[in-house]
Amino acid sequence: MTEFQAAAAMGKRVQGRALVAKDGFSARYDLDRINGVFSRPEHKLAGQSYVGQILVLDAAKGGVATAWMLHEMSARGVMPAALVLNSINPIMVQGAALADFTMMSGFQVDITAVVPNGALVEVDPESDPPCLRILPLRSTPPNPDTHHG
Amino acid sequence: MRLNADEIAMLAGHAGPARQWAINHQMRVGRYLGAADFVPVSQAHIMADTESLGVAGVEWLERLAALPDNARCVRIPTITDPRGTDFAAAARLKQQDWMLALERRAITAFQSLGVLMTDTCINYQTIMPAVRGEHMAYGDTGVVIYANSVLGARSNFEGGPSALAAGLTGRTPRYGYHLPEKRRATLLLRIEFTPRELHDWGALGGIIGRYASDYWQVPALVGIDRIPTSDEMKHFGAALASYGSVALFHMVGITPEAERLADIADPSLTPTATITEPDLRTFQDAYRRRVDKVDVVVFSTPQLSLLELRDLAGMLDGRRTTVPLLVVTSPQVRPDADRLGITARIEATGAMVLSGMCFYQSYAREMAEANDWQSLATNSAKLVNILGGYGYRPALLSMQACVDAACAGRISA
Repeated sequence: MTEFQAAAAMGKRVQGRALVAKDGFSARYDLDRINGVFSRPEHKLAGQSYVGQILVLDAAKGGVATAWMLHEMSARGVMPAALVLNSINPIMVQGAALADFTMMSGFQVDITAVVPNGALVEVDPESDPPCLRILPLRSTPPNPDTHHG
Repeated sequence: MRLNADEIAMLAGHAGPARQWAINHQMRVGRYLGAADFVPVSQAHIMADTESLGVAGVEWLERLAALPDNARCVRIPTITDPRGTDFAAAARLKQQDWMLALERRAITAFQSLGVLMTDTCINYQTIMPAVRGEHMAYGDTGVVIYANSVLGARSNFEGGPSALAAGLTGRTPRYGYHLPEKRRATLLLRIEFTPRELHDWGALGGIIGRYASDYWQVPALVGIDRIPTSDEMKHFGAALASYGSVALFHMVGITPEAERLADIADPSLTPTATITEPDLRTFQDAYRRRVDKVDVVVFSTPQLSLLELRDLAGMLDGRRTTVPLLVVTSPQVRPDADRLGITARIEATGAMVLSGMCFYQSYAREMAEANDWQSLATNSAKLVNILGGYGYRPALLSMQACVDAACAGRISA
């Protein structure tokens, strides 16, 4: 099992499949939140569903709307399982705090370069320091919404 | 985080459940971002269009609004960013009844919380500009970057929940751009072409935003050869904040904290790039070449000042639009434009002057579907950056080229 320590995190421990890209994240700019897919044509994950995935991306982008939108997405259940970023902005933190959403950021490596797309990962904000673990692949993926601890 | 007696009392619930939620929320954010304590703020500005809030967000606001008077009202002047509609024009925009009903519920809730419904993203031009060194909790990226950079005020991006929390507590966690050491330049760019038109300023902001890459970068520009106007700074900052998630820039010799490069940058900081006129044209052409026929032309994002409206009216006089032309301003500017006859001149061409909303915050996807809008022309770089994700093909043009496109229904060669 490979483990990467993060500078900061919040939320609950969660496992799921990693959806990885060296690109940014903004709920307003990048997502079709009704259908649960990346919709900005230039985004490296354009057309892909984010629902139930652990998003592993580079940096928080865009404006302030994500602070409300994470809460709105969560209420409808059309939501990633967690968000992992190299670099956050305050909006992501504020949105995660309102939505009780799992988020992690600040690694000593480029996290998008070391987590394989599709890997089974665990995001653990409760460990000290918080960390992301790449788990052994199982034949049956876990329920990405499963929370532990 | 270190708390004073007032903050400890709020956290304990002695000031009611709204302020208890607010200070607890702010502490979660502050701990994540390394704040040592709180800093008092003199204003809060809330972005809360109902497309962002959703039903869940409106219900959440209504629960706060149902608290007793003394437990729910904000402690400092708290104002709002644009709403999701101009009620007077909603039918012409083909917005649906449920959108308007949700907007009305949100407005009622905010009013119960003591929030002033200013509905503007240009409050630095119209309501009360911040003063150098003043700590704020501003909630629109264009407002934050303008206040930080042009006015020398101190704010982070405060999303709607956090701006409301700041309104309720009168403070915000002290991290990021509230700290002098975080305001120093991290990125130096040499500018060889000082933009002339607003869409050029937006393009320059977009290019630098792409270099900046994240919120914690502070670009410094050298080489701007004249003092930009407030509207030019507005378009530049809005685009820089949009493309880069940047909250502060310096223009050496122009913005207040950067009289000299040495004031804001270490000697070791060397230019990352030189930006030329062809760079701006390449940026604009990348959008322009996707669009020929135009379905709608939009002036918005940020809302237009009185001087932008005057310039636009001058370009439209004696002409007739053939596709919808939407012109969005603030509720503060609109009465002056009406009184001075500017609104009438613009609307005589078939255009619509809207106030209190912003195009992308007004159910842009649903408006596109209802009106069969796909290709759009605008002079706002921020708007073209946002609208791709909403299914539009946007073109970034000058104000004059947008007017020509609105009259011809297509972009001139």
